[in-house]
Amino acid sequence: MSDGYPQAPTAGLPGRVAIHGAGDPHDGHSHPHHPKLQHHFDDMAQQAEASTLGMWVFLVTEIMFFGGLFMAYLLYRYRSPEGFAEASNHLNVIWGAINTIVLIVSSLTMAMAVRSAQTSARAQVQVGWLAATMVFGAAFLGIKAIEYADKFEHHLVPGPNFHWTGTYPSAAEQFYSLYFSMTGLHALHMIIGLGIMTVISIMAWRRQFDAHYYTPVEVAGLYWHFVDIVWIFLFPLLYLIGYHYGAH
Amino acid sequence: MSSSNGHHVAPVSLYLMVFGALMVGTILTVVVAKFDLGALNNVLMLSIACAKALLVVLFFMHVRWGTRLTWVVAGSGFFWLLILFTLTMSDYMSRGWIPGTLR
Amino acid sequence: MATLNYLNNGHGLKSWLLTKDHKRIAILYLVSITAFFFIGGLFALMIRLELLTPAGDLLTAENYNKMFTMHGVVMVFFFLIPSIPAVLGNFFIPIMIGAKDLAFPRINLLSWYIYILGGIFTMVAALSGGVDTGWTFYTPYSTAAANSHVITAALGVFITGFSSILTGLNFIVTTHRMRAPGMTWFRLPLFVWSHYATSLIFILGTPVIAITVLLVAVERVLHFGIFDPALGGDPILFQHLFWFYSHPAVYIMILPAMGVISEVVQAYSRKNIFGYSFVAFSSLAIGIIGFFVWGHHIFVAGQSVYAGMIFSILSFIVAIPSAIKVFNWTATIYRGSVSLESPMLYAFGFIGLFTIGGLTGLFLAAMGLDIHVHDTYFIVAHFHYIMVGGAIMGYLGGLHYWWPKITGRMYPEAWAKFAALLVFVGFNLTFFPQFLVGYLGMPRRYHMYPPEFQVFNVLSTAGATVLAVGYLLPMIYFTYSLFKGAIAPANPWGAKGLEWEIASPPPTENFPVTPIVTHGTHQYAPSKEVGVV
Repeated sequence: MSDGYPQAPTAGLPGRVAIHGAGDPHDGHSHPHHPKLQHHFDDMAQQAEASTLGMWVFLVTEIMFFGGLFMAYLLYRYRSPEGFAEASNHLNVIWGAINTIVLIVSSLTMAMAVRSAQTSARAQVQVGWLAATMVFGAAFLGIKAIEYADKFEHHLVPGPNFHWTGTYPSAAEQFYSLYFSMTGLHALHMIIGLGIMTVISIMAWRRQFDAHYYTPVEVAGLYWHFVDIVWIFLFPLLYLIGYHYGAH
Repeated sequence: MSSSNGHHVAPVSLYLMVFGALMVGTILTVVVAKFDLGALNNVLMLSIACAKALLVVLFFMHVRWGTRLTWVVAGSGFFWLLILFTLTMSDYMSRGWIPGTLR
Repeated sequence: MATLNYLNNGHGLKSWLLTKDHKRIAILYLVSITAFFFIGGLFALMIRLELLTPAGDLLTAENYNKMFTMHGVVMVFFFLIPSIPAVLGNFFIPIMIGAKDLAFPRINLLSWYIYILGGIFTMVAALSGGVDTGWTFYTPYSTAAANSHVITAALGVFITGFSSILTGLNFIVTTHRMRAPGMTWFRLPLFVWSHYATSLIFILGTPVIAITVLLVAVERVLHFGIFDPALGGDPILFQHLFWFYSHPAVYIMILPAMGVISEVVQAYSRKNIFGYSFVAFSSLAIGIIGFFVWGHHIFVAGQSVYAGMIFSILSFIVAIPSAIKVFNWTATIYRGSVSLESPMLYAFGFIGLFTIGGLTGLFLAAMGLDIHVHDTYFIVAHFHYIMVGGAIMGYLGGLHYWWPKITGRMYPEAWAKFAALLVFVGFNLTFFPQFLVGYLGMPRRYHMYPPEFQVFNVLSTAGATVLAVGYLLPMIYFTYSLFKGAIAPANPWGAKGLEWEIASPPPTENFPVTPIVTHGTHQYAPSKEVGVV
């Protein structure tokens, strides 16, 4: 060769890897396979496992993403426990509890939606459960909107219009900064979740899911349940701190 | 009961029981918060929240019947949060422990 | 005449921009990160030009601040972090494990588009006047006082983070679920192990900086008091959250390079790696323990002494697995049949320079010493020894090693050796004086300095010029090789690994049939099965 390389030995060790002729049935497309099987996978089972593992890995990133906000919360609550309790009193526990229940119901309907796909239920049944999930998700967002509007009215949005009449104004402004950041980020995830559910519902309506292939429903379900879990922690941490001091 | 590709299909009754437990947990959390139990408030509320989260993860998210890898992946996320919380708070909680230093 | 391979399988821009082939996506990344490296290098050039003279006469203080900020942001987020994983990892991980592609090919392409979008945001920030906060975006300057384009740059970093996350996600799922029959974990090439460890960091760390820069933007716009003391926030909280990712990020930069070195050192010593399982576990240890040490960046900023001591001891501990690797590479080379092709020259450079960088890191882990050299050029020299002397040499070594496989062409070896020499000499001339001048007290991030430091700075700038030539040469001869290089055989180096048993360049589907693996990858001598634990 002309570029100054020494002649490399071309013979490797014998028989380490058999590249040709080793039992791969996927050459030449001579066999039938599920229309949804992507060709870099060997079979539907591998594809399904990879997809659910992928969504779980993504959810770990979401845990760490929200985790930064929980860290800020942890620090500031540690520094001003009374201030946070006082600020938390102004949140409406009833709305918060209703929202918690709404999301738990939506998780139930989501689990039922996945199950209906798993058991090859008719498309209408699948879409029904998915639609129910979306209705409860939208209800959650509606209640959130009501709460946010109330905060705007009562000058509880941090910034130039923030006005606090209690004992700990600085801690209160911090609390509400975290309240809006955390519930805002959560609401954004709910909105994205509704978008995902819309797509899944359309796919379900088109009869794409049955016991052989329901991975998108399962994966969407994992996402939805995760968003529910974040709220399960947000509710007591934001709404129930100063509750025993007497609701306003 | 399994679907045709071998994945576990949970009975509806199980889902309803989990749902019921989650409801009970929610009501319990609100009730407990009304009483001043000092530090125990936080412990109880976080425990209930963790229990609810665990129910959702195990049953609604099917980890109960999933592979060990799924367990490890899910657990690692929460564990890593603990690292962030613990080591950061180790700074804030030990400020001023050494006399004469502001930190 | 040419056989069908991934390069000629489909023509036209659309076939490249809409590809799902991991090899083509790797090439897309190769082109873009080279462009960003060039841009980051231009910012470095401005810094070194200014520092030729003690007076701040070339750039105003503000503009100089923008230069080192943009240099850092571009080099860290748009070159170093993606380089080896997105180019060499994307290209070779599926092949090394015997798969047809990564687990999620479309997500792979998406990660490249996200990277480009983040890059556009950052370039817009640069072109509309730049950012002057330092790549570290410390608050409250970044949230309250800076007049520069912080939000645009912060969003650029935020967006690019998702590119990393998706790459890491893809690698993890691929390594778990797509290995060929018989390819057990302990038969994997060490390159795959190091990328797996890197992917753990992508997943667990990147989201934290994502939320942190997002909060910086929120605080800047909405005046939420998270980090600004005037609004009741805590600036040290920013540093905790920032470094929780950014320290592991440096392991993102070095672990893949270590993986390259493990491969190269075996190929050119014609010897199995010494202590395969130790090297594999060390990769995991570095990735995991690397998450426990971030406080060593905050020793002098106000962190408590007790926390400082915890982080200090952990920072000493994290050096151990790196040292194990250095010992094992050395033991591999010892009594091997060593040949000094250009990839091996880069590997030697890596081992020496990484060792110096790593040792100086231990100095910094000692709080007492760090107090004196923090924010001086000692720190700058330390991290450049690791990131440039280590990571970039690893990248260049890997690029040379696998260039024949990727392109089907041989590059001119004499020029490659010359360039490697220039890089080594230029690098040391640039950065060794910085250890000295930093120890003598020259602070970093200032456009002027006391006149007694000028000699060191002149040497450093001279070195940077040599280094720049050393980096330009490969760009030239690699391009030349695409048109005029000798046609590469499947295995020009006589190396072991699945990638060497397929054609150069590989076919789109990598393997005509799925390989059945019966031995570990690195079998340079008919020894007993390695790595059995």
